[in-house]
Amino acid sequence: MRGATHAKWAACAAAVALAATACGGGGSSDSGGGGDGSSVLSASWGDPQNPLEPANTNEVQGGKVLDMVFRGLKRYDPKTGKAEDMLADKIDTTDSQNFTVTIKSGWKFSNGEAVTAKSFVDAWNYGASLKNNQKNAYFFGYIEGYDKVHPDSGSQSATTLTGLKVTGTDTFTIKLTQKFSTFPDTLGYAAYSPLPSTFFSDHAAWLKKPVGNGPYTISSYTKGSQMKLVKWDGYTGTDKAENGGVTLKVYTDNNTAYTDLMAGNLDLVDDIPASQLKNVKSDLGSRYINTPAGIIQTLAFPYYDKNWNKSGSEKVRTGLSMAINRDQITNTIFQKTRTPATDWTSPVLGTEGGFQDGLCGDACKYNPTEAKKLVQEGGGIPGGQVKITYNADTGSHKEWVDAVCNSINNALGNDKACVGNPVGTFADFRNQIGQHKMTGPFRAGWQMDYPLIQNFLQPLYYTNASSNDGQWSNKDFDKLVDQANAETDTSKAIKLFQQAEGVVRDNMAAIPLWYQNGSAGYSDRLSNVALNPFSVPVYNEIKVS
Amino acid sequence: MGRYVIRRLLQMIPVFIGATLLIFLMVNVMGDPIAGLCGERQCDPATAAQLKREFGLDKPVWQQYLTYMGNVFTGDFGTAFTGQKVTELMSTAFPVTIRLTVVAIVFEVVIGITLGVLTGLKRGRPIDTTVLLLTLVVISVPTFVTGLLLQLLLGVEWGWIKPSVSPEATFSELIVPGLVLASVSLAYVTRLTRTSIAENRRSDYVRTAVAKGLPRHRVIIRHLLRNSLIPVVTFIGTDIGALMGGAIVTERIFNIHGVGYQLYQGIVRQNTQTVVGFVTVLVLVFLIANLLVDLLYAVLDPRIRYA
Repeated sequence: MRGATHAKWAACAAAVALAATACGGGGSSDSGGGGDGSSVLSASWGDPQNPLEPANTNEVQGGKVLDMVFRGLKRYDPKTGKAEDMLADKIDTTDSQNFTVTIKSGWKFSNGEAVTAKSFVDAWNYGASLKNNQKNAYFFGYIEGYDKVHPDSGSQSATTLTGLKVTGTDTFTIKLTQKFSTFPDTLGYAAYSPLPSTFFSDHAAWLKKPVGNGPYTISSYTKGSQMKLVKWDGYTGTDKAENGGVTLKVYTDNNTAYTDLMAGNLDLVDDIPASQLKNVKSDLGSRYINTPAGIIQTLAFPYYDKNWNKSGSEKVRTGLSMAINRDQITNTIFQKTRTPATDWTSPVLGTEGGFQDGLCGDACKYNPTEAKKLVQEGGGIPGGQVKITYNADTGSHKEWVDAVCNSINNALGNDKACVGNPVGTFADFRNQIGQHKMTGPFRAGWQMDYPLIQNFLQPLYYTNASSNDGQWSNKDFDKLVDQANAETDTSKAIKLFQQAEGVVRDNMAAIPLWYQNGSAGYSDRLSNVALNPFSVPVYNEIKVS
Repeated sequence: MGRYVIRRLLQMIPVFIGATLLIFLMVNVMGDPIAGLCGERQCDPATAAQLKREFGLDKPVWQQYLTYMGNVFTGDFGTAFTGQKVTELMSTAFPVTIRLTVVAIVFEVVIGITLGVLTGLKRGRPIDTTVLLLTLVVISVPTFVTGLLLQLLLGVEWGWIKPSVSPEATFSELIVPGLVLASVSLAYVTRLTRTSIAENRRSDYVRTAVAKGLPRHRVIIRHLLRNSLIPVVTFIGTDIGALMGGAIVTERIFNIHGVGYQLYQGIVRQNTQTVVGFVTVLVLVFLIANLLVDLLYAVLDPRIRYA
């Protein structure tokens, strides 16, 4: 048995030795390279929720990749948010309902295949078809034949949209079911990206390593951990990548990503944790950016509940809005990463695009006395207490909901006027909203799909629209939106949308809270870092030294 | 012995079924997971219905459970919402967590038992008091504090290690996370060993061994330690399961993509398939570790017989 004992000691010694050497071998740096435009940067990432198909990606993390790997007919200018022609040579229409698209020739996918009209039509048909479970399918809902390939119930009776026709190698036509003047401007959304034929012929392989026509190609993808993207030298567009590539690393906790940035282990973090907002300026100085994004946070109301939908209710809602001290909350809780809202759209649209600073007027200004008066005039708070429902699993929703409630309680002089009502998970929160179980106001965040005023109004307030969670319905509003969509002149259309927004204001359909900014921090290796209006870093313009 | 093992294996079946059923029901109670897939908007009804059909969510819970268990026995743990097979997730997550657990267990065994023996033999001396005090500190500080502190000190301030672990998660990268994960258990192991050693030191067989004139290290290792290890082995055995499933906090702090990460992701996204699949495997690990511990008793103390 003596031998065995010795062996045991040997094993222990080996383990200790192993541990000791490994301890010493830690902090070696990984990122190599040096010269201009060839260095690779590393950036924080989150695991995309859905498979990485263009028409199936509806959140920012997957969107980051699509933005690097794909280019569509249009692209939103990273600075102004304006839709500009990318692959589209021209999109012609005479009646705002029938469009003829001509694409620029010479574009290629990174596997060498040419981008043709068919690449678009096939991709859109795939996205619209019910059997493919694409979560952005409703984007194709305006195209003729959508009700056949994607019926609300039952099985589909067609596989292709009748409204799409390939008329030449580089041309195709789109026929919509209704007039929609700003339709071409929606085509910058990732769901409208073209797809190569390999997407259809070998879908599983494509998903493992997506192939697109953008400035980057994916060199390796370990699902759930990291993705390495490298500059594609054969890229045809003018917005070539100004760095050698981007390595996206998945972080479960944005605090760890921030720590990694501090330690020089990561170059770019595009989600500064709320707990670090106080230190971020002293930590990063000018390497911290905080710019407006197309996100607005509101409190929506359950109009299916009679208590919130009777005459006088709008006074209660306006009163509640005036009881919220937006300035104080955005300054203290969000450290100015959010701006008090004064309308129902977003400053990224620009005044030209329909943003109206101060449209909400006094109704969005803190005024406790007026608030108390209005709530009383409107018949008091239904049930005597406002319960603000929110999901407690992500974001710092608890903090601001509690702050909003405090503000309301103070204004109304009643400690029990408002309480937060947390729901454990986002899925359950959405579920309860979907089943119309809300008894009071609930958190509603809206991130735009494309920078158009239409996107901030129609999906949220049009009767039975996809995100009209509170089931608000107003004939005047619907009529104005219909008119605006039919208007061929863009500036006139925007005017009509603004009138429709006025209807939202007069009824206080939802209480606007604040516009959300995108925030990011980066290492001193990087320069020319910016966030686009979707709060996604403009990776291709980043320079690495 | 053989019969004992068979009986224990048979006992595992009801435990296994009960545990998986409980988890299955708990995840189901959280509500419809599809609603969370479409962001801040209603999923269009046709796609939602089709997704429910594909994931089998349109059937009653008992039927879902039966189908699921049927599939599990053929090795099919289902598909996560990202379109990845749960078995694929397991094949990437478990090796990482196993490495982390191995590091943690090595720390527990090497440092914990060594310190335990040392303090047990020198009871009442300054070294004993110092180690006891230290273990008390370690036990009372929560893991996430130790983790974040070490991460900040070693990773950012001194730059000895990288604050986060790369996707490869090699052994050398897992040293610090492993130490953090092991810290609390390590303190317990020290205390358990110390008490056990101190108690057995006065027993007859130790006196006999000393009287026989055996060398000191042989008395300590062969006679004293071997008999004193029984409670420690029990503790470490159950700890294997706890470390594997309970690494959520540590894995989050150091961004390790192991079992804890997948479980967290699965719970947040209400992904029944992922959560139940991983928990099922963890339950199995627990059961097997416990069985092994029970069998180890006989190796340590031949007086123990299995019937």
